Amino acid sequence: MSDLVCSDLSMTFTNPQTGAAVEALKDINFTLKKGELLSVLGPSGCGKTTLLNMIAGFLIPTGGNSTLGGNVIDGPGVERGMVFQQGALFEWLPVSKNVDYGLRMKNTDPAESRKLVEKWLDIVGLQGFGDTPTYQLSGGMQQRVALARCLINDPDVILMDEPLGALDALTREKMQSLVLELWKETGKTIMIITHSVEEALLLGERLFVMAPRPGRIYKEYNLPFAERGLTESLRDIKQDEHFSEVREEILTMIWDMEEEIMGRA
Amino acid sequence: MLEWLSDNRSSIAAVIIVLLAITFVVSIFIGRRQTVLRAKDEVFGDPERTKGGWYWAVCGISALLLAWFYYSWGVGRAYFPSAANEMCQIAKLEESISPITAALPIGSRYYKSTLLVARNNNQLADLKNELPTEAFTAEEQAELKTILEQTSRLITNSSDPANLNKESEAKLAALGDQLKELTNELRAGPQGLTPTSEALAQPKWGVSDIEIPVLPMTAKGVLFDAVATKGQELTSTFVKIRNHIPVNDELIADTKERIAALKKANKTAEGDETVAETRNAYVKAVERIFKRLDDGFIFPAKSLDGINTAIGELNDAKDEARGSLGLIDAVFFPGDGVVKSKTQCTEQGSARWLPKPTDVVATFGKLANPDLESGGGYRGFPLLWWKWLPVGDVVGFVVPDWIADAWPGEYARHGADGKIEPNFKDKLLSVAQGEVELGSIPWLDGHIWDSLFRVLVALGLGIFIGVPLGLFMGVSKFFKSFFDPLIELYRPVPPLAWAPLILTIFGIQDDGKIFLLFMVAFAIMVISARTGASGTQLSKIRAAHSLGSTDRQIMWNVILPNAMPEILTGIRIAIGVCWGTLVAAEMLAGTTGVGFIENIARTVSDYELIWVTILIMGLLGLMFDLMMRWVIDKTIPWRGKG
Ligand SMILES: Nc1ncnc2c1ncn2[C@@H]1O[C@H](COP(=O)(O)OP(=O)(O)O)[C@@H](O)[C@H]1O
Ligand SMILES: [Mg+2]
Repeated sequence: MSDLVCSDLSMTFTNPQTGAAVEALKDINFTLKKGELLSVLGPSGCGKTTLLNMIAGFLIPTGGNSTLGGNVIDGPGVERGMVFQQGALFEWLPVSKNVDYGLRMKNTDPAESRKLVEKWLDIVGLQGFGDTPTYQLSGGMQQRVALARCLINDPDVILMDEPLGALDALTREKMQSLVLELWKETGKTIMIITHSVEEALLLGERLFVMAPRPGRIYKEYNLPFAERGLTESLRDIKQDEHFSEVREEILTMIWDMEEEIMGRA
Repeated sequence: MLEWLSDNRSSIAAVIIVLLAITFVVSIFIGRRQTVLRAKDEVFGDPERTKGGWYWAVCGISALLLAWFYYSWGVGRAYFPSAANEMCQIAKLEESISPITAALPIGSRYYKSTLLVARNNNQLADLKNELPTEAFTAEEQAELKTILEQTSRLITNSSDPANLNKESEAKLAALGDQLKELTNELRAGPQGLTPTSEALAQPKWGVSDIEIPVLPMTAKGVLFDAVATKGQELTSTFVKIRNHIPVNDELIADTKERIAALKKANKTAEGDETVAETRNAYVKAVERIFKRLDDGFIFPAKSLDGINTAIGELNDAKDEARGSLGLIDAVFFPGDGVVKSKTQCTEQGSARWLPKPTDVVATFGKLANPDLESGGGYRGFPLLWWKWLPVGDVVGFVVPDWIADAWPGEYARHGADGKIEPNFKDKLLSVAQGEVELGSIPWLDGHIWDSLFRVLVALGLGIFIGVPLGLFMGVSKFFKSFFDPLIELYRPVPPLAWAPLILTIFGIQDDGKIFLLFMVAFAIMVISARTGASGTQLSKIRAAHSLGSTDRQIMWNVILPNAMPEILTGIRIAIGVCWGTLVAAEMLAGTTGVGFIENIARTVSDYELIWVTILIMGLLGLMFDLMMRWVIDKTIPWRGKG
């Protein structure tokens, strides 16, 4: 039972100079069961990153708490793996040293490490790139390294903050398939933040649309597309009528939120 | 081999100069041809156009070397090896008659007498106008006017050819004739003259010695030398001739009396102090001019005309006798030629401070020669060599004595039998004091090594202390806020401003210099490590945290490598600054090091040595920088690609 539970999670930022307070998140409640795939969507500044950072343990909430498998989250930990928008790879290390970084930190036997690295490079499609310096890789390949580096640690939850945001359309589609594949093969709980509605629909078994000021979960969906994506082509799913319907609905929702922000500003 | 090169530097220069000239011309030729070839397919402003072009580099360097050879008289010495010796003899002649020439229009535009007359007349007129009427009685004023008038008459009398002292006239006439004789001797030419064997045995200019030989080594030189010796005698006669004339004798005696009377009156006069001062000052000024005129320095202009003409002719004869040497002097010996001073002939102008390239190389060869017995090295110390270093000394230096003190137990005492049985604690102490024989290892030695050693030790300390501190300052509020003000307090002070203080506290040997350089390197390393650490992307640190790193692992595995480019750049800068500071510090104090050599060379005006040290420093500095650039390229290829 390693469910991720957020109860009344709130975050208020106070500007130390002016004393002005920003309610970045207010009373977030949800439970993510083991193996669920959640995508989070919302206009810019609605608190998606803040939410993820609190679950990752980089930020301490000002109200409520979150637990993983019953343990309160109060700092970063190996059971919650992170994938950032720009890889955040260690450019001074070659691919294999990036991937086995977590193993080296806990002094895993080198021979075993080597096997694991090879296995994961294989899975993310980077066989033979072990000795390549990371700065020589393309953006998509760098994200693959980041995924392998995170997965080799065998975390319970994988947290991704706009992991595909900086990739071109073609690479992005390939990476979306990869994420789905990994989800299926590893059965990990995944929480993925995106600002692309299509991506949120494709990569979300569950989908939260968040609203700003204060940041909150505005609407929740349960969607069939991720399941279907495991067997069907993603492009076919995008042609689906139901898919278009939901996409339009959410786009209108976010559009309205943006309008409101602009109006208020 | 080295000796042969040194003994033939002039001839070697001759060959090198020809090669340089050929290289210069050929490189221009190649450069022009390449430019014509490329001009069509390149547009102006395209940075690609700057690629290549070694021929222009060759052209520039050979031009620079040629200019160096020329202005240092390297060209002149290579192709006219005996010219300087002859120029030296001419300089002797010029020096010998220079007091006569200086008193005549031929050397100074006016007769010295003319200048004296003009100056004294002006001053007499001024004194007359400035007579302080309020300080003197009417009688005294009349008396002073008489004195001034009589003094003025001394000038008039001396200037009148009719009054000329017969004896002086005869002396001047004789001098004129003797000068003519000299002129004739010069005109007669050097036939039959031969240099002495002593002169021929002198070390040759630039072959075995860099100084110009003084004794004449050619027939022409012997002629000039002989004339110079005679000229010297004529000069001593000339400067003793005075124009004491009988008409002035009475006048001088009378004026002297009058001045004495006035001075006496000044002494006895009562009254105001300022008035007394004015009186004294005025009478003193009058006396000063009078005294200048009573010793017969003024001659009638006419009486000296003969000498002036004779010197003019002697000069013409000198130029004639010099012949083609004049042209060679003007073309190949830029500057003021050779000047004779006291016992030696010296090069003047650019050649004075710009040594010939071959001499610089020869000086370097001598300095670099590790065989101290045969005159190598500098001040009993090689430039760069090796020696056997006793390991015991090093251990004794590194291990502090207190370790032995802190060891449990007591040092041995002498026993009842008067013998001492050393225990472990005693043995430890002798190791710490470097008294134990541990064998020797080959180690570097010499002035350059001493300089390098100081820089390397200081840099090492700066890195090992500065980098960790800088990294912590980049990530910790305490470290940043606590150490930042301390470092910023001493860092802005130029290192050399600290030098007097540091050298007093730590001594002028290695300790002081190393500490001074450590201060420089430390500040640079702290700042660069700190910049590097605080520039670490937050997402990398967060990723490392999520991958299960401890704080210490993050410091070592993320922050340090991330700061590496800044740290290495810092080291590169620190080496450069330390090197510059060190040389200056060695010039302040010490007994070894490259800066020390230059400092001594400076005090004895050894320009060859000064240039050698400058070149050594430049080359070592360049070497450091190239090495660091290579290290940076090799060790952090990811720089700027994160
Ligand atoms: N460290 C911080 N200090 C103050 N305000 C912050 C901080 N981080 C985020 N915020 C504010 O919180 C809100 C949510 O930010 P964020 O979680 O980054 O939004 P999103 O990721 O959805 O674009 C924004 O209004 C932002 O200005
Ligand atoms: Mg965000």
